[in-house]
Amino acid sequence: MNLLSMLYLSRDAAAVAAGADEVSEALRDAAVARGDVLNHVRTGSRGMLWLEPLLEVETPAGRVAFGPVTAADVPSLVDAGVLDDANRLEGLRDTLRTHPLHLGLTEQIPYFAKQQRITFARVGVTDPLSLDDYAALGGWAGLDKALAMAPPAVVDAVVESGLRGRGGAAFPAGIKWKTVAAAVAPRKAVVCNADEGDSGTFSDRMLMEGDPYTLVEGMAIAAVAVGATCGVIYVRSEYPHAEAALREAIARATAAGHIGAALRGRGPEFRLDVRRGAGSYVCGEETALLESIEGRRGVVRAKPPLPALHGLFGWPTVINNVITLASVPRILADGAASYHAFGAGRSRGTLPFQLAGNLKQGGLVELPFGVTLRELLFDFGGGSRSGRPIKAVQVGGPLGAYVPESQWDVPIDYEAYAAVGATVGHGGIVAHDDTADLAGLARYAFEFCALESCGKCTPCRIGSTRGVEVVERLVAAPVSLKGAQEELLRDLCDTMVSGSLCAMGGMTPFPVLSALDHYPEDFGLPRRAAAGDR
Amino acid sequence: MPRGSAPQPPHGPAATAPQRECLQQALALHLPDIPAEVPGGSASALLPVLHHIQDALGFVPPALVPEIGAALSLSRAEVHGVVTYYHHFRSAPAGRHVVQICQAEACRANGAVALMAHASARLACAPGYTRADGGVTLEPVYCLGLCATGPAAIVDDKLRARVSAATVDDWASRFEDAR
Repeated sequence: MNLLSMLYLSRDAAAVAAGADEVSEALRDAAVARGDVLNHVRTGSRGMLWLEPLLEVETPAGRVAFGPVTAADVPSLVDAGVLDDANRLEGLRDTLRTHPLHLGLTEQIPYFAKQQRITFARVGVTDPLSLDDYAALGGWAGLDKALAMAPPAVVDAVVESGLRGRGGAAFPAGIKWKTVAAAVAPRKAVVCNADEGDSGTFSDRMLMEGDPYTLVEGMAIAAVAVGATCGVIYVRSEYPHAEAALREAIARATAAGHIGAALRGRGPEFRLDVRRGAGSYVCGEETALLESIEGRRGVVRAKPPLPALHGLFGWPTVINNVITLASVPRILADGAASYHAFGAGRSRGTLPFQLAGNLKQGGLVELPFGVTLRELLFDFGGGSRSGRPIKAVQVGGPLGAYVPESQWDVPIDYEAYAAVGATVGHGGIVAHDDTADLAGLARYAFEFCALESCGKCTPCRIGSTRGVEVVERLVAAPVSLKGAQEELLRDLCDTMVSGSLCAMGGMTPFPVLSALDHYPEDFGLPRRAAAGDR
Repeated sequence: MPRGSAPQPPHGPAATAPQRECLQQALALHLPDIPAEVPGGSASALLPVLHHIQDALGFVPPALVPEIGAALSLSRAEVHGVVTYYHHFRSAPAGRHVVQICQAEACRANGAVALMAHASARLACAPGYTRADGGVTLEPVYCLGLCATGPAAIVDDKLRARVSAATVDDWASRFEDAR
């Protein structure tokens, strides 16, 4: 039996959906046919999702990428020597260098090379569940620092880093932690919101599947900072791979003594549990999420009281998004200033942007705030997949505005986007080409709201259905009657924005109004002269 | 006031012995997880218990609803409310094959609406329904987190990326062959 080449293949759900497991099996069969045992690591994804399944071969110069690989490509790769150990010892074989799927050194692919991977530094590199890999690449350094500090100093570090909630609301994480830390209660909790329901977003999923220990460590640091002894990760039911990775990671980290009875074997108690959602979008709202964990319908709670003071089971509770918590270990390990050095304005650090929809090169791009949409769409995304002009780009999920071309050069940060009536949200970017009908998408925004509304407040529960109807009437109306319908639609949107209890009803008007303002012709309305948009 | 202490006989068939056994397993697994000092804490086992039952049986039998309530100190209405609130839970078995096609924005940008129409015609099944012969359930879903490689779908619990009309045709023939 010969030693075989060292191979890496993603286990990320996006790679699996594109056939990575079949590639893995074909490689194994090829190795067995030669009387050898396949030597391959299933990693997270590098985030270049249009190239998945991406196969990497270890060479003295680094990992060399091939993709997108299907099971049918495996025989030609094997013939070219993909299994030969010479790749690792002597360099990539010439027959592989000329293979049509050869992409060169992974980390020199411009899409990857131009990023600044901070939160996603390990994703795609390591075996996500290997505790040895995690420790070897800087894992637990942040938690060890936190355990050596006074808890208020840990909170201060997060405040000073400028980290804001990455779930969409962008509330300063450190301020939230400070409130929980100051609360006096026999028990406190840390809850991770992993109910990533926004279409066009998958960074939480990729992190949970590709580097789950980072999230575990971030939650442990939050627990140390505020004095919590238990944590819950609420992960959506649409993410079975992420749930499995988290459960296994928690079991291994607990067995090894990193979490559980004593953090890192010497710190306070911190027990971590995973809860599976059940297909309700509004459970991504923090109070609905708490209701769901407590065993009820995911109905939004009125605030106050804030979850920071009266959260899970009435305990003071830190609730943060996956990426927020996963950003914390690095902040503690390298210092608040090193994180604060990235970014623009009051938006500090990096954001893993997710390029989705009709783009040639969809995937995850981690960059500091301040990059423009045009750079993301064309320098990274490569333009539309269909080859047609990009017409509209929805940023920030189903509750985010459609951003017209006139705004594609606005640097992306929370304040700059708010100033043009758009939202950064969770960093999802969905491109539509010129075949898109923005009136149809506006109607869909209301449809989705009607489907997912928890029903607690009237503007959202009733307004969403009325919204579907009024968009339909506006589109169907003769020109002379459109004005009245448009006024009605704007009035409805105003009621929903001002009168809804949470972002579901309060932000559904954002995509609707942006479609109406920037693409009136799709509703059969005249373009406004001097509107200044597009 | 004790809640859910007197299970009402549900409409429709009574719970079968295997269904009851499944509920007992679910309770044995998930009730001990709940910290004793949590007021009304046993209710928080509800979603895990429902998931366990659906994972094992393919649906949550309505006949079990009063018994679940009794076990967790919840009323039948509270359990029914939860089962019917969440899109994931089914109150009746799905078809032999389940096809779920994402209809959210990112997949729409790549033709998911036309794809659903094609699937509906090819599988002879309306979206959101199970075909009369029980062969197929076709459902819209809203985001599988595969937004860069859409249109995305789940077919019999397997994730699929870059789905085309031809892919749907393949599934349809495979379902026919397997009958």
